[in-house]
Amino acid sequence: MKICSIYFLLALCMWQTAQGRILHIGKSIYPFTNIKQALINSLPGDTLIIHKGVYKEGNIVINKPLTIIGDSMPTLDGDYRFEVLTIMGSHITISGLRIQHSGFAVLEDPGGIKIRNSSFVVISNNELVDNFFGVYVEYSTNILISHNHIEAHGIQEQSIGNGIHSWKSDSLQIIRNHIEGHRDGIYFEFVTHTLVWRNTAENNIRYGLHFMFSNDDNYFTNVFRNNGAGVAVMFSKRVNMRNNKFEKNWGSASYGLLLKEISDSDIEGNHFLYNTSAIFMEGTSRIRALRNNFVGNGWAMQVQASCLDNAINGNNFINNTFDIGTNGSVVLNNFDNNYWDKYTGYDLDKDHIGDVPFRPLSLFSVVVERNPSSMLLFRSFLVTLLDQSEKIFPTLTPENFMDKMPAMRAYPL
Amino acid sequence: MIVVTDVNKSFGTLKALRHVHVNCQPGECIALIGPNGCGKTTLIKSILGMVLPDSGKITFDGQPVQQSYQYRGRIGYMPQIGRYPDNMTVKQVLDTIKNLRSSIKNPDTQLYDAYQIKDILHKRMRTLSGGTRQKVSATLASLFNPDVLILDEPTAGLDPLAAEILKDYILQQTSRNKLVLITSHLLSELDNLVTEVVFMQDGAIKFHKSTASLKQETSGSTLAQAITLVLKQNRA
Amino acid sequence: MKKITGFVLIDIMRNRFVLIYTLLLGVMAWTVFNMEDSASKGLLTMLNVVLLITPLVSVLFATTYIYNSSEFIELLLSQPVRRSAIWISMFGGLSSSLVLSFLIAAGIPTLIYAPLNQALLLIFTGAIITIIFVALALLASIFTRDKAKGVGIAIMVWLYFALLFDSLILFLVFQFSDYPIETFMTVVTASSPIDLARIMNLIQMESSAMLGYTGAVFKKFFGGSWGLLLSALIMIVWATVPFLISLRIFNKKDL
Repeated sequence: MKICSIYFLLALCMWQTAQGRILHIGKSIYPFTNIKQALINSLPGDTLIIHKGVYKEGNIVINKPLTIIGDSMPTLDGDYRFEVLTIMGSHITISGLRIQHSGFAVLEDPGGIKIRNSSFVVISNNELVDNFFGVYVEYSTNILISHNHIEAHGIQEQSIGNGIHSWKSDSLQIIRNHIEGHRDGIYFEFVTHTLVWRNTAENNIRYGLHFMFSNDDNYFTNVFRNNGAGVAVMFSKRVNMRNNKFEKNWGSASYGLLLKEISDSDIEGNHFLYNTSAIFMEGTSRIRALRNNFVGNGWAMQVQASCLDNAINGNNFINNTFDIGTNGSVVLNNFDNNYWDKYTGYDLDKDHIGDVPFRPLSLFSVVVERNPSSMLLFRSFLVTLLDQSEKIFPTLTPENFMDKMPAMRAYPL
Repeated sequence: MIVVTDVNKSFGTLKALRHVHVNCQPGECIALIGPNGCGKTTLIKSILGMVLPDSGKITFDGQPVQQSYQYRGRIGYMPQIGRYPDNMTVKQVLDTIKNLRSSIKNPDTQLYDAYQIKDILHKRMRTLSGGTRQKVSATLASLFNPDVLILDEPTAGLDPLAAEILKDYILQQTSRNKLVLITSHLLSELDNLVTEVVFMQDGAIKFHKSTASLKQETSGSTLAQAITLVLKQNRA
Repeated sequence: MKKITGFVLIDIMRNRFVLIYTLLLGVMAWTVFNMEDSASKGLLTMLNVVLLITPLVSVLFATTYIYNSSEFIELLLSQPVRRSAIWISMFGGLSSSLVLSFLIAAGIPTLIYAPLNQALLLIFTGAIITIIFVALALLASIFTRDKAKGVGIAIMVWLYFALLFDSLILFLVFQFSDYPIETFMTVVTASSPIDLARIMNLIQMESSAMLGYTGAVFKKFFGGSWGLLLSALIMIVWATVPFLISLRIFNKKDL
């Protein structure tokens, strides 16, 4: 698959630069021994092939349409002082390079690859290791970032940037990258019409994927594993979230999916497995959560009082410690038609819908939301007893907070 | 041998013992008598260290009993009501006690044989009748050849034959220069058996006299008569 | 002393109630670990057993045993045996036999199925909670000669630690919710052996993340090796102090 796509890209580039030349860079036997020299001698449309070796040339700037391809993973090293590659232009392809040790000056945000005011840039099949930022995109459109391995080695949070960082850009495609150890795996601020597909973000310090003020974006079929929080979507609209896996985002302030001030979005067909809090929502409205699978989470959903008009339907809630937590007493969201493994009702008319409503809110989850210190009593006999009695006579939990049509059987998801 | 000096004991407001002095020597057989609740059992339990006096001193061979426990190895005690763990067999009870008194080498099996304890060894304590239980108690008290026998209402519940056996045994022990302390309110039982009488009332000792002098003073022919006369004198 | 302890031990091991307890606990432990889909869930169920059933059984059984042994104790008292030896033997025999049944019934499956460090912690807490509640039972039974009263006190003791104390905590948490009381509440909670055992075990388990800030405070106190040592110390104090008080009373009691 990987090799196929390399050939595909190569073919694409060759077609594009049919009239261009091929410049070889490498040790002794090749015409050029360093990249900068080759760049000076290149014309728009040329292809540069960098052969195996370590190149420490400080900051390399590419500002004309070029295809740069590594042969057997040559290493471009920033010596912890420089931004390794700076791209300012259009129709530029970077492929097959190992880019490492970018500078760590915080003010300039140096990255392994910085793409600035550019369009139609392809970054594929590279290894970006131990850089401050992996790929940094600003004021750019139509950028494809695919099949890269992006990994940070820093230990302190301030010395680690984001894996893929984008700012004020449009129409990005981020496909099949593997990002780990960064602050945010992927970070979007004012980024629109973008697709994030089939990436894996794991062990990142903060979020696997982070949206700020970014509208009309999609992320499908990604895996977010063991990050501070899987995905955070904040101050955004119309974000499509489908078919992703949020796994083991486990820790005292960890979330699978953190939603803050977001509206008109879909969360569909995702799997939330073993997160401390699978979905935490605050100030969200008009969100549809459909056909998601919540298994083994501490909280499946924490819905703050500021959320309204959300529809949570047709999901499976299985083996979660708390299915729902809320600090609100007014019920402004719809929770019908879900499957709850804690449901003990019956189905006399055999329509696969329970005849008595289910109250997904346990007393203790309400108590904890009001007063987090009471978590001291987690899993104590008292709490079990209170929860049982609350089920029979609801007092503290909102009377009408219920699933009126709970499913009898789990949905096959 | 056992010296009780100015012992006081109260249970709440009830004064069980007041200023009790008793001196017991080997070769004596002392009857501790008095109406119900006069403090006989409390006195015995104090000697055994089961009840701790509020004040006063009890010595065994000159040693104060409070700090010591070894002296109990020289006492054989038969309680008023023998209470034993229900689920234990007679053999287990005997073995347990034997185990605790491992220093005793030649057991005195006289009562053990006489009461045919051997035949009931496998029986559980709860299945025994009151009388049989008393037999076990007597056997336990005698088995380890103690220097002192303390018997709390020994003949109550025993059949006449068993009571006779016990009496013979007590006489025999007295003659062997051992000390025997008996409480009883059946005065007739004690004739010819005791050498001294201690009479208690309301926790205090009314008198402590030898049987001979008691009979002489009152010219009564039996112990019962003698004591009744003394009591009448006192009242007058 | 050894002789009496041995005797008590053998007597209890023959006791039908202890046999049934061992058997039920064993059946429960094996089914729990076989039924639950993950060892950590099984461990949580076992934690509930340790926090509820073990103390109840220990305190009830020990109290009734002491009352049923009053004759035996009296018999022993007339023998050349030190008074304190009798009471210490009762404590030793009762706690070692109950701990033994816990280890056999619950310890073995836990060790087999659960991660080693969590299993060891659970077994340790189970054993020490057994001892603590035997000690409390001795204290309860020395206060009154009336068996019914004594058993009543024992149940109250259990109810207090299993339920009432936690209600008190909940009440305090809500009364003082406007103040930063996490540290204070942590200390208060740790003063109950059942709560201390619960949280000690929880912070070693995966679900510790759910304890949030409170958990973090607790972890700071009891998470490290010093913390574990401190918790163990508190538990040992809970086991010894009630017993020593009961021993003092026993030594001065008229029987």
